[in-house]
Amino acid sequence: MKIVVCIKQVPDSWADKKLSPEDSTLDRASVDRVLNELDEYAVEAALQLTEAHGGDVTVLTMGPEDAAEALRRALSMGADAGIHLIDDGLSGTDAVGTSYALAQVLQSREFDLVIFGSESTDARMSVVPAMVAERLSLPQLTFAGKVEVDGGTVRIQRVTDYGYDEVEASTPALVSVVEKINEPRYPSFKGIMAAKKKPVEKLTLADAGIDASQVGLAQAWSAVDSFAARPPREKGTIVEDGGDGGAKIAEFLSTQKFI
Amino acid sequence: MKFTAEHDQFRRVVRDVVENEINPYVDEWEDAGIFPAHELFPKLAAVGALGLEYSEEMGGQGADHSFTVVLGEELGRADCAGIPMAIAVQTSMATPAIAEFGSTDLQQRYLAPALRGEMVSAIAVSEPDAGSDVAGIRTKAVRDGDSWVITGRKMWITNGTQADWLCLLARTVEPGQEPEGGYAGMSLIVVPTNTPGFSVGRKIEKMGNRSSDTAELVFDEVRVPVGNVIGEAGRGFQQQMAQFQIERLMGAYMAVSGARRAIDRTIDYLRVREAFGKPLLANQVIQYRLAELIADVDVVREFCYAAADKVVAGEDATRMATVAKLKAGRLVREVADAAVQYHGGMGYAEDLWVARYYRDARLVSVGGGADEVMLRIITVMEGMGKR
Repeated sequence: MKIVVCIKQVPDSWADKKLSPEDSTLDRASVDRVLNELDEYAVEAALQLTEAHGGDVTVLTMGPEDAAEALRRALSMGADAGIHLIDDGLSGTDAVGTSYALAQVLQSREFDLVIFGSESTDARMSVVPAMVAERLSLPQLTFAGKVEVDGGTVRIQRVTDYGYDEVEASTPALVSVVEKINEPRYPSFKGIMAAKKKPVEKLTLADAGIDASQVGLAQAWSAVDSFAARPPREKGTIVEDGGDGGAKIAEFLSTQKFI
Repeated sequence: MKFTAEHDQFRRVVRDVVENEINPYVDEWEDAGIFPAHELFPKLAAVGALGLEYSEEMGGQGADHSFTVVLGEELGRADCAGIPMAIAVQTSMATPAIAEFGSTDLQQRYLAPALRGEMVSAIAVSEPDAGSDVAGIRTKAVRDGDSWVITGRKMWITNGTQADWLCLLARTVEPGQEPEGGYAGMSLIVVPTNTPGFSVGRKIEKMGNRSSDTAELVFDEVRVPVGNVIGEAGRGFQQQMAQFQIERLMGAYMAVSGARRAIDRTIDYLRVREAFGKPLLANQVIQYRLAELIADVDVVREFCYAAADKVVAGEDATRMATVAKLKAGRLVREVADAAVQYHGGMGYAEDLWVARYYRDARLVSVGGGADEVMLRIITVMEGMGKR
C-alpha cells in the first residue's frame, strides 16, 4: 500500500503569533516552528496502516526552507521519503491555491491513500483536504476518528457532533484525521539518525507543473486589509466569598450575558 | 561541543517526553515518595533515551556522549530533580560498568532488559558507615563453590525499593579469609533483588528529590552465581571509579540546565510582580544579581561541554568531571537561594515550584561524591594530599 501524507509546518500552537506588517502574512521568524500537531496523527495513522499491510509512506509538504524540519520530523517518526515543494512564488498562497499546488504534485504520483490532518493549527480552515480530493476526483473521507483498509476498500469512522458515521470508499481515496484517531509516537534516536539518510525530493513550481499565476499572495481569494494586535488581557474580577460568593458569580455571569 | 540538527531533534523529543510523560505527574509522585519506574522507563526506552552510548549488540543506540549531554540537559528541565536522578541512575550510574566490563551473559540478562525499560536498576555502593569514603565499605561476598554469599547493608540507594537488580560493590573473599582493607579486593556484582536473603530495610524520607525512592538495603546471606561478578573479581573499586565519572558529568549537565530554567522562571515572575510601583525586575540590584548567575551558568555549561568533548574523543575526563560536579553543585545552591529570595513568601510556600527546587538543588553538592570529595580529588591531583 502506498500512502502520501500531506503535512505542514506551523508556528508553535502555544506561542503568541504575529503578522508581518509588510504583507499581513504570518511572521515566521518570530516563533518556533513545529510540525502541525494534527499532521502527526496523520503520519501515525499512515505508519500504522503500512505496518499492518505493508507498503510505504511518503510525506509531502509545501513551504519555505524551514519546512524541511517538519519533513524530518515525519521521516524520523518512520515515514520513508519526503517531497518538498519549495518556491518563492508560493509565498502567501491561500487554501485554494494550496489545494491546487498539492493536487498538481499528487496527480503524477501513485498512491492508494492520501492522508491529511483535518486542519492546521495556524489557519484552522479545514478545507484543503476536501479541495484536494475534489481537484483529483478522489472520494473524500474526512474527520476520521478511525481508519481501516481492507483490500481496495477504505473505511473510516467520521466523527460528528452526535457520534460518528461509518463511511467507506474504494481506493485510491483521501482521508483526513482528527486527534482522536491515535497517539502519535515520539521519534526515537534511531529514527532521527535514520531520517538523515532518507530521500527528500525538492520540487519548484516548474518541476511540479504548477501554473505560477494560480498561486502566491497576489492570487489569494481573500486579502487582509488591516489587522491589529489583540489588546492585552485585563485584570480579572476577583469575587470574595463572604457566604454570598455563588450569588456574586451568578450576577457577574449574568452581566456578561453568559447566563 | 557542536550540536547538529539531529541533536536538536533528539532534544525536542526528550523535551516532549519530559513535558508529557513526567511533568504532569510530578506533584502526585512527589507526594507519594516514589514514581512508577516500570511504567515510565519503557517510554524513555522507546525513544532510545536509556541506552544512548551502549552498542546496538547490547541493546543500546550506538550514539556518542554528545547525545547524553542533550539527554541530561533536557531531563534537568523537569519539574523535579528526583525523577531525572532516578533515570540517570539507570542510564549512567548502575549500567556503565556492566556495559564496559560485564560478560555477554550478564549484558543479555540484565543490561539489555534495563535498556528496554523492563528492568529497573540501582547502584549499591554507599553503606551506613561509608559513603563518600568508598574504601570504608564492609559488605562482604564470600566465595562458596559456584556462588558468592553476600552479607551487609547498603544505604542511600536510589530506585532501591523498586529495582530488579543492583550493581553492588562488595569485598570479595575466599572462605575463612579476612577482607583486605583499603581499595583492594572489591568487586562489582550483579544482584537480582528477588534473591532470597535480600530485603529493603527501609525507605528513607528525604529533604528533597522526594519523587525518587531511596532505600536502605539489607543482604543476609544473599547467594548469587560466581558469574555475576562484573569483569574481574577484585577490580571493583577501579571499575566503580570509572563509573563515577559518567555519573558526575550527567549530574552536572542536569544541574546546569535546571539552574538556567530556574533563573528564567524567576525572571518571568519578577517581570510581573510589582512592588513600590514598578516590577521587581526593574531594580538594578536584582538585574545584576541575576546577570551574575547567568554568567556563572554560562561558564559551567561551557566547561561541561569541554568535558563532554573529552569523553567523545575517548580521553580521560576525570579531572573535568570532578570540577564540573563541584562547580555545578555550588552554583545551583546559589541559584536556588536567589530564586527563593526573589520570590519572597511565594518562594517559601509549597504553592510554587521554588521551594521544591530549593530542596532538590541541595543534593547536587552531597550525592555522587560530596563537594569535599571533589576537592579531595583535586587536592590529590595537585600533589597536596595523599589518597
